[in-house]
Amino acid sequence: MNSILEIQDEIVSEFEILGDDKESTIYFIMELGSGLESLPEVARIEDNIIKGCQSKVWLIAEEQDGKVHYMADSNTDITKGLISLLLRVLNNRVPEEILNAKLDFVERIGMGSIIGSQRSNGFASMIKQIKLFAIAIQSNQTV
Amino acid sequence: MLHQKVHGKPLVYFDNAATTQKPQSVLDALTGYYNNDNSNIHRGAHALADRATRYFEETRDTIKEFINAREAAEIIFTKGTTESINLVAATFGRKFIGKGDEIIISTMEHHANIVPWQMLCEEVGALLKIIPISESGEILYEEFENLLSPKTKLVSIVHASNTLGTINPVKRIIHAAHSLGAKVLLDGAQSTSHLEVDVQALDCDFLAFSAHKLYGPTGLGVLYGKREILEIMPPFLGGGEMIKEVTFEKSTYNEIPFKFEAGTPNIADVIAFKSSLDFINGLGKKVIKAHEDDLLAYANEKMSEIKGFIPVGTAAEKVSVLSFNINGMHPYDVGMMLDANGIAVRTGHHCTQPLMKRLGLEGTVRASFAVYNSKSEIDSMAESVAKIARIKNK
Repeated sequence: MNSILEIQDEIVSEFEILGDDKESTIYFIMELGSGLESLPEVARIEDNIIKGCQSKVWLIAEEQDGKVHYMADSNTDITKGLISLLLRVLNNRVPEEILNAKLDFVERIGMGSIIGSQRSNGFASMIKQIKLFAIAIQSNQTV
Repeated sequence: MLHQKVHGKPLVYFDNAATTQKPQSVLDALTGYYNNDNSNIHRGAHALADRATRYFEETRDTIKEFINAREAAEIIFTKGTTESINLVAATFGRKFIGKGDEIIISTMEHHANIVPWQMLCEEVGALLKIIPISESGEILYEEFENLLSPKTKLVSIVHASNTLGTINPVKRIIHAAHSLGAKVLLDGAQSTSHLEVDVQALDCDFLAFSAHKLYGPTGLGVLYGKREILEIMPPFLGGGEMIKEVTFEKSTYNEIPFKFEAGTPNIADVIAFKSSLDFINGLGKKVIKAHEDDLLAYANEKMSEIKGFIPVGTAAEKVSVLSFNINGMHPYDVGMMLDANGIAVRTGHHCTQPLMKRLGLEGTVRASFAVYNSKSEIDSMAESVAKIARIKNK
């Protein structure tokens, strides 16, 4: 598996190809969302909704061989694309790696201006929840 | 303002139900006030204060004419429609609505015409009754009549729905409410910019609206109330301007409208608002309505050709609001893709969550048209929506 830094560089170069074309960028983000591993229907419950997102985002995590495996879904295609970007970088890694990850691709691709301030807040909430799951799994591992 | 590019595309501004753009004359009036006339009003003993006061009160006179109130004293300046409604709830409501009394609103109300009444009901033990609506987004008038009773103290209803555009049969509602002794407040936030609103012909007891939806400045609203009701209502906020005499033992209150205008008012915006009303009067409501009706009909026709287009709110009488969804797509996504094409619309629940729940929707995309919009802009929107809709509706 490529490192967190390498995957972020990949993402940045993909967005660079799109340039300032906002329409193509949004189509691209939606397209990314369609590749998201589907979340079991039983997991689409209120308890799994990330607080602070305008649209509904369900996120669950479990430990698999010492690593954190995330699964997520959303009721909007753009948000699905956004969370798929995060999971592409952070999924199936050990908690320590997730917690230490510096997600500089967010700024490098100019995420704020692509998705606007309201969705940026939601995006920050997704990152926070991903890290909270990593903390929870890490603390279970050390018990 | 309107001649700019957004994301490299010409701006198409279809979010007029949220706020309208401002004519140059309004901007000039604002800067003109600060450049030449800035002064506190009503009590200054100098030329500037006198001039500012005169301009300020001229706006009140213009509003009086605009809604055909009997006198300018029936016009109260507030921060907006929301504050106007809250003022009525906090003063008329607390004094004249009590335990077991009933307030009627409709399913299509904006949160600003729901929450103040819920707060009042909780405080005084009154009950909130809701008029149901049809699938097309029209109130069920017979159901309203069934809800009306001698217990009804107030009917507070939206004149034109911000989400659906539906124009409610308010004259009939007011007549029926009055026959049982209930007062009626009209939420005119969406109607005053599109329709002739004549408070004497309608015979409403209160009318609330906001300047910024009428091509005017933000942070300014109006509450119209009949003199005989305003006079028996207690004051809203206490402070300067609203008093007749203050002693530490007791204060007496000023006459209307000043009784309800505590503190230094929003002088600059009030003065500039006159230019907004002059702009509307200059064009004429009939001309504005005809143009907007034409745009709405054209938008309906163009959008109906799109596979996957689902209109929301198909009442026979509407202001120029087109709410819709695209089959299989979330309204946020549609809105964001329209934005990428330079088209500004609103998406979400539009501060009408109970209405969304009734319609079984999470939200809608809302395009709302104003006098400066054109058919070619609607063509741009239809073209973009068609492209977006094809993603899920091949």
